Amino acid sequence: MSTDPPSVEVINLNTHYGDRQVLKNVSLTVKPGEIFVIMGGSGSGKTTLLNHLLGLLRPSSGTIRILGREINALSALDMQDLRTRMGVAFQSGALFSSMSVGDNIALPLREHTNLDETTIGIVTRLKLEVVSLAGFEHLMPSELSGGMIKRAAFARAIVMDPRLLFCDEPSAGLDPVVASSIDDLILRLRDAMGMSIIVVTHDLDSTFKIADRICVLDQGEVLALDTVDAIRNSPNERIQNLLNRRTEEAEIDPDAYLRRLLGEKEKLRDEPASRRNGL
Amino acid sequence: MKIESREIDGAVVVALSGEVDLQHSPSVRKHLMDLMFERRPVVVDMALVDYIDSSGIASLVEAYQMARKNGTRFILAAISAPAMRVLQLARLDKVFALADTVEAGLQA
Repeated sequence: MSTDPPSVEVINLNTHYGDRQVLKNVSLTVKPGEIFVIMGGSGSGKTTLLNHLLGLLRPSSGTIRILGREINALSALDMQDLRTRMGVAFQSGALFSSMSVGDNIALPLREHTNLDETTIGIVTRLKLEVVSLAGFEHLMPSELSGGMIKRAAFARAIVMDPRLLFCDEPSAGLDPVVASSIDDLILRLRDAMGMSIIVVTHDLDSTFKIADRICVLDQGEVLALDTVDAIRNSPNERIQNLLNRRTEEAEIDPDAYLRRLLGEKEKLRDEPASRRNGL
Repeated sequence: MKIESREIDGAVVVALSGEVDLQHSPSVRKHLMDLMFERRPVVVDMALVDYIDSSGIASLVEAYQMARKNGTRFILAAISAPAMRVLQLARLDKVFALADTVEAGLQA
């Protein structure tokens, strides 16, 4: 592992959707060449954290440094420049449906480089080879299966050879064999290109196969951040529940429960006492 | 990144060093394609390549293809470990003509 500065540094990140706090004092560091998995149940804050790392949301407070740059202090131009060194494989693929697979993959090179069109063509087909989609460049996204769309999205995400690759639920909706091939691809990309790769997932098999370290998010907080073995052997009940796919019975607050049933405003609970009392 | 050429036994040894990335690969491409247009046999010394990205690999692919068309020699020699990993990722180590050393490349 390299001694270079971290690829990602998050310090005391807090964020809210309206009055609701979604991330609470999240801090983490991703090292160069590391595969870092962010996992947690639905609503744990995984996607919100990913959106912050991509610079798509502004936090209520806290600092995010990507490849050494504090993203909330960057100009739009500098952010665009930084994004050329980041790749994102979106959960849905997010391919442009009006463009062929090849044009989708070539798009970042055409937009952000001055490379000759012959070079762009070779790089595009090279990436299709890497994701085992050789010869599919002329197809339209609508002609691809779910697994092929994921792989085409990977090809586009890595076409600029990013230093940092984000993968949002890479195995979601795929059969186990195809999901495993995506895991292998993530491992090969890291080993060959030395990328730092951040994977957001709730797929445990995939996590244990690819992760160097795992960050477990729970209700917007970092419940644990450690190696695969340490997480597996954690004595923490909530982590074990997550690993063993056990559902948790939420503790009941009788007052809140009654208010919900009676349709009274839940929000009152979070307001300062002075406002509730009309002071 | 540096590109240095020298002639040995009628062939041109092109030594690449440093990082062959998006910024530098167009000059590598031009250098190699100029030699290909002259139909010169080429051995690319890759011992000191710290990093090569896909655009750098694409430049090598394009030059190799032209050498094959021309029937001239184009050999990648003494490939550094980081460059070899990138070639292997796309299985191009099975496509290019490779040599362990520049000397072996000149004799191939």
